[in-house]
Amino acid sequence: MNDIYRHQNEPWWVRRASGIDQVVRYAGVLSILFGVVVLVVLFGQALIEGFPRLQLEFFTSFPSRIASQAGILSAWVGTIWVIVLCALMAVPLGVMTALYLEEYSSRHLLSRILEINIANLAGVPSIIYGLLGLGLFVRLLALGRSVLAGAGTLALLILPIVILATREALRAVPHSLREGSYALGASRWQTIWHQVLPAAFPSILTGIILAVSRAVGETAPLIMIGALTYIAFLPQSVRDPFTVLPIQVFNWVSRPQQAFTANAAAGVVVLLGITLTINAVAIWLRHRYQQKI
Amino acid sequence: MNKQFITGAIVVIVILLGYGVMSRSDTNNDGSDAGSREKSIITVDGSSTVFPITEAVAEDFQKTDSLVNVTVGVSGTGGGFKKFCAGETHISDASRPIKSTEADACKASNIGYIELPVAYDGLAVMVHPKNTWVDSLTVTELKKIWEPGAQGKVLKWSDVRASWPNTELHLYGPGADSGTFDYFTEAIVGKEDSSRGDFTASEDDNVLVQGISNDQGALGFFGLAYYEQNKDKLKLVPVDDGKAENGAGAILPSRETVEGGTYQPLSRPIFIYVSQAAADREDVSRFVEYYLDQATKLVPQVGYITLPGNSYERARDKFKKRTVGSAFAGGSQVGVTIDHILDAR
Repeated sequence: MNDIYRHQNEPWWVRRASGIDQVVRYAGVLSILFGVVVLVVLFGQALIEGFPRLQLEFFTSFPSRIASQAGILSAWVGTIWVIVLCALMAVPLGVMTALYLEEYSSRHLLSRILEINIANLAGVPSIIYGLLGLGLFVRLLALGRSVLAGAGTLALLILPIVILATREALRAVPHSLREGSYALGASRWQTIWHQVLPAAFPSILTGIILAVSRAVGETAPLIMIGALTYIAFLPQSVRDPFTVLPIQVFNWVSRPQQAFTANAAAGVVVLLGITLTINAVAIWLRHRYQQKI
Repeated sequence: MNKQFITGAIVVIVILLGYGVMSRSDTNNDGSDAGSREKSIITVDGSSTVFPITEAVAEDFQKTDSLVNVTVGVSGTGGGFKKFCAGETHISDASRPIKSTEADACKASNIGYIELPVAYDGLAVMVHPKNTWVDSLTVTELKKIWEPGAQGKVLKWSDVRASWPNTELHLYGPGADSGTFDYFTEAIVGKEDSSRGDFTASEDDNVLVQGISNDQGALGFFGLAYYEQNKDKLKLVPVDDGKAENGAGAILPSRETVEGGTYQPLSRPIFIYVSQAAADREDVSRFVEYYLDQATKLVPQVGYITLPGNSYERARDKFKKRTVGSAFAGGSQVGVTIDHILDAR
């Protein structure tokens, strides 16, 4: 509140309004601080506990019964395999679906039903996707407990999020842009490719990356489809068995020997590091492309 | 619009099914060529109790032979048997014997199994370290606490023994999916899976350790290995089974009393089940023999108790003879000796 605008004899309702203004403002600051403090404490504690284990060998060794020799090689390599494949499956499917729903489909009953379904799917608990993955990929398609089955399950999990984020991004593109393009004689696809997609790209990208960083931390659906706990080799193809970081951390936390807790903490640091890096890349990319347009 | 959509859906389904059929034919010829020296995978799944032992064996085995990869999962004893009897795994880790329903599932899919005990585990009964009144518990008292009828009735320590204080009693134990829970209920209540429901359950024993160590009215049970790593936070309670022939009075679990068979009824053997078909594979049979060879060295390293005498040699014999079937009449059984398991035909 700037004092210049304050009158000596403010009516009571103006004073009340500015009072509420202050309250909301401080409540907002407190809310932000809460989130930041929780993250810092969590990261700090894991870092303090796990720091002694964060050596190069930790990243280059397989799990072991001896806590000080155990590493996360199979876990982090598995995580990268699964996440990259998952993104390769979910992103084209999700973006194409959103494009169809937003740009092509007319608002008839079928697309309305589809819309409601997708919104509902985004709220389904991840363990349900695990069951779906077990039934569909592992059993019916006989993929076994492979990287492909894991990535497929996670792709199903994040597909609704990708679709919703992409649709929001497409909706935010002003209609005048499309109309201008049509007026110049462009076809629908030309309009999408040259005008709509570039304008929506930063927001689409943010949505995709947030969805992918959610997939990085998922454990339950992967345990459901039978991702492994101990594995001392790296996947050579998408048909090979795998493990991921959250499962390795979970396994170490539940061991009786205290020494494994340090390993788990170090694993948490790596996992948080991956997630934060992905998010940072998202922010950077958005910033960069927004400036271009 | 509808036409486009339906065409798209059909294309996707065809691609998925096509891939499924291709991969099915892939899996069919996996593993049958044991003679050639190609990379092979042995899949093990099952109990989280047996996991540390199998992990240790797998770790060392792969150092002797880099062409054989061993993977170990943790689905719980029940979950492990489900996969084992569906033919998805070669070896199943089990912290209790196979149940008759599981044996039927295996039979239905024509999967024979060789039952091999690999170690002993003691179930420790624990209270809060500041609990001064409990110096021992009898099996009858434990039954009184844990049986289904105790729910809503046995709520204070004084309900268990009149001389104990009028303090609230809070119970902690592993979840109903674990073989540990199955065995405990069989040994104490007398019927597998029969227990009161109002206790704090967790599949993660460290959660139980934390629960008991922060609750002065706590009583709980889990594997001895977890007690040994948390001795300062817990108080171990000796258990009296009321039978003089295996040691009179209340007995504390320890390496000696578990191995010697005096800590009864809460000592139990833990197992691996090897699929008969997989045992014919050269790499699997080599792995199982290595397992039984190295057990005396590796079992204590991961916190378990080795089987007595020449049990491992006899287990190797049983494996060589490919003796199929279980020595148990379905599910957990108390007081079954290792000899009995190994003699079973």
